[in-house]
Amino acid sequence: MFINLISNSIPEVILLCSAMSVLLLGAFFNNKNSTSLFGISQITLLACAFLTSQGWMQEKIYSFNDMFVNDSLTIYLKLLSYFSLSIVYIYSRKFLVNKNLLNGEYFSLTLFSLLGVNLIISSSNLLTLYMGLELLSLSLYTLVAYDKKNKDASEAAMKYFILGAVASGILLYGFSIIYGLTGSLNIHEISYALSNKELDPYVMSFALVFIVVAIAFKFGAAPFQIWVPDVYQGAQTPITLFISSVPKFASVAMLVRLLYQSMDVLVFDWQKLLLIMALLSMMIGNITAIAQINIKRLLAYSTISHVGFIMLGLSTGAVSGLAAALFYIASYMLMTLAAFGLIIFLNSEKNSVDNIHDLAGLSYRHPWVAFLIMITFLSLAGIPPTIGFYAKFSVIQSAIQFGWIWPSVFAVMMALIGIFYYLRIIKIVYFDNPKNSTKLKLKNEYDFKLVLTFNVLGLIFVGIFPNILMSVSTLSAALIF
Amino acid sequence: MNSILSLSIWTPIFLGSLLLLLSVINKKYNFYWIANFFALISFLISVILYLNFDQSNSGFQFVELKTWIKSYAINYHIGVDGISLPLILLTSFISWLVVLISKHSVKFALPAYNAAFLILSGLMIGVFSALDTILYYVFWEAMLIPMFILIGFWGGPNRVYATIKFFLYTVLGSLLMLVAFIFLYQKTGSFALADFYQLPLSLNAQILIFLALFMAFAVKIPMWPVHTWLPDAHVEAPTGGSVILAAIMLKLGGYSFIRFAMPICPDGLLFLKPFLITLSLIAIVYIAFVALVQIDMKKLIAYSSISHMGFVTLGLFVINPLGFEGAYIQMISHGFISAALFFMIGVLYDRLHSRKIEDYQGLVSVMPKFGALFVFFAMANCGLPGTSGFVGEFIVILGAIQENFWYAFFAALTLIFGAAYSLWLVKRIIYGEVKNSKIRQLLDLNFTESFILTLLGLMVLIVGINPGIITDVTNESSKQLLTLIMHSKI
Repeated sequence: MFINLISNSIPEVILLCSAMSVLLLGAFFNNKNSTSLFGISQITLLACAFLTSQGWMQEKIYSFNDMFVNDSLTIYLKLLSYFSLSIVYIYSRKFLVNKNLLNGEYFSLTLFSLLGVNLIISSSNLLTLYMGLELLSLSLYTLVAYDKKNKDASEAAMKYFILGAVASGILLYGFSIIYGLTGSLNIHEISYALSNKELDPYVMSFALVFIVVAIAFKFGAAPFQIWVPDVYQGAQTPITLFISSVPKFASVAMLVRLLYQSMDVLVFDWQKLLLIMALLSMMIGNITAIAQINIKRLLAYSTISHVGFIMLGLSTGAVSGLAAALFYIASYMLMTLAAFGLIIFLNSEKNSVDNIHDLAGLSYRHPWVAFLIMITFLSLAGIPPTIGFYAKFSVIQSAIQFGWIWPSVFAVMMALIGIFYYLRIIKIVYFDNPKNSTKLKLKNEYDFKLVLTFNVLGLIFVGIFPNILMSVSTLSAALIF
Repeated sequence: MNSILSLSIWTPIFLGSLLLLLSVINKKYNFYWIANFFALISFLISVILYLNFDQSNSGFQFVELKTWIKSYAINYHIGVDGISLPLILLTSFISWLVVLISKHSVKFALPAYNAAFLILSGLMIGVFSALDTILYYVFWEAMLIPMFILIGFWGGPNRVYATIKFFLYTVLGSLLMLVAFIFLYQKTGSFALADFYQLPLSLNAQILIFLALFMAFAVKIPMWPVHTWLPDAHVEAPTGGSVILAAIMLKLGGYSFIRFAMPICPDGLLFLKPFLITLSLIAIVYIAFVALVQIDMKKLIAYSSISHMGFVTLGLFVINPLGFEGAYIQMISHGFISAALFFMIGVLYDRLHSRKIEDYQGLVSVMPKFGALFVFFAMANCGLPGTSGFVGEFIVILGAIQENFWYAFFAALTLIFGAAYSLWLVKRIIYGEVKNSKIRQLLDLNFTESFILTLLGLMVLIVGINPGIITDVTNESSKQLLTLIMHSKI
């Protein structure tokens, strides 16, 4: 009986066991010989990926009294999060070893947050969703403050924690109103109640606004984006890489479960909220990024604008919009991994690259790294034939399909502004005179360089052959209803 | 033989990447001859394309159709007709010449420079042969990347400003084009160009779509008032970059008007016709005056290019067969003449590192070969009968006079201004007494330079004496396109 009960959630069980055992083992292995911890975590991810992918193209399976669901969307998003965490481990390993920070807690906390992400993705009940969200958020707060001696990190963690706790509270308040109105926490029952019962529309829109605001906060969409730049800048770069990739899948999943599946009747209400936030995020993200000289802060604002694009896709409330957003999140993941991976690669014990002008004239000394930076930033800017173009293309396509021509024109104009600051990075790398970068000594980490190269060339490769990823994301979106 | 068109697109791109790889492996060697060999192969492939082309067929030939992105019905759909074939030949020909002269015009990172040109030429051939709008868009945008690097890396002192301006101007236009294509996709359910031709559209929709496409193509041509990126880009670009910009990139705008904007929105075109013709005439007359006062040779030729491209747009927008034919010949002819002029300014710049007109005087006494060729190309630039410059401009004026006498009047007026700035330039740099002592030490054209310029001079003469060599190829296809353009879609 017990096996039947958990058969639907074996990957989550494995994750939980692994997170706890890594924490225990971490007490015996110190920073220098953390290879075994690294290995266990990677094997865990591999096993989870294998088990998760078994359910592809099968019917939805519910378990734990309909609190937990597996469908095509969960498989798509879970596989992406396993993949990105695995890459995060590879990129962060040497960096954290040098800082004496690679120990059991790091692996355990990241695995716990992955578990939280998985719970959110698979939730079909508001309680599961909230549980996953808290597991994720608490792990993230700790991760940001992970480097005890770093003041900036502690400040960022404090900020993140206070604002995040408020957002969680807002979300819970929204849930409680919904429970009061519909008498249920199951997303399908809520959806049924909303369409069949006479409910007070004012109270309902109250709940809706609370929920949308909380999601926007967790996602980092404007006007709730204030924490993003501080946290991105304050945290250690590998942690920033983690925060900018894995939790975004949870935010998309949260949006889908709460708005697409449970409040589908109110689509005309939340559509406009999301649209305004999407356009605002693009505007604030892209325009503010122009003024940034700290590279992590710049990428933080760039993330805000990408979130705007994902939200524009989701705001259509249609399957095509969801498919576009799913494609966008996958390509965003590849791009953000490459961008932060490059920053980690350039930072070593000898030199630190914080300011974008530290990259000046990199191409004269390290042409290959410069080339990788160029491809990555062109992809972030959305220039074909990189994957970033197809991501923007599919989102704008879905918006125009919905009849939103002027919002689409606005979006492409914002993308144009974005191109300016991405180009500025390429300009600094290629055209500026080398001042500091002549001193920039790069480590000869061939494994890191190899993965990074594959990561960046993947941006072009998927850009030239986007068919498979597009089909998969379209299929995942179509099967959730 | 079926995939010869794909071969002509991907061979230069592949060989360019190979060259880049070689240069990473061996940093010492400059791979000049290998680059030349690669460029020659690419040129020969497009010659094979030309030899196998059936001139009596008005449709697309060498068509390849494969599914590319299934979810959005986007196909890898390419083919050439009479309109695109001469431009493809021009592209690979000029790219070959640019690689040939590369050794003289840049002093560092030569393999990367040549690789950029090879990749660029493949992408431009892709633009000329794409029949699916998204495929076209991808080639169109991808083309910016090598050009951006070329101007920014090997360019002059103000290169960063120029290259970012160039990139942002072009992207602004093309993003609006993308929105227009997606809008059309909503109506037809495919991105195929042929479906867009057949789609009935209301006048308002046509006007908006035309304006969106206009933004993309007018920037590229460039038309007044969105031309301001061109003088900057030209002045800062290395010789090869200027040549490719003037000879081919500007033609992409003209070609795209013919292939996309005009047949997709014929009624919008008709509605906007007075506006478009006014812009073209302003470009022709006003820019000719601007060219007259330049003190930088490269800038002068850049403005002269804008003025000449004004003839192209005028010929296209009067919408009659004569204007169309004239505009097309003008595009090809300008490809040869402007390329030659930029090559020659490059030759001077390599020797004296100055582009100021006042630094040169009396060149003919130290560089007789150079002087003779420069006079020839300057004459061709102002439309001397017997050169290709005359044919294009004359036919465009004939086309314009059918429409309205005053259009032709203003256009013809520029023949005088064109002669004025070209001949005045000749007078100031070629003739007169040698004042600058450095001039006395200059060497005349070497073998490579003479070879390139003679080849271009021959092309100018051949097209000038027998324009049939182009019109025979384009005839059938342009007839078919004109019926599309003149047929209302409302």
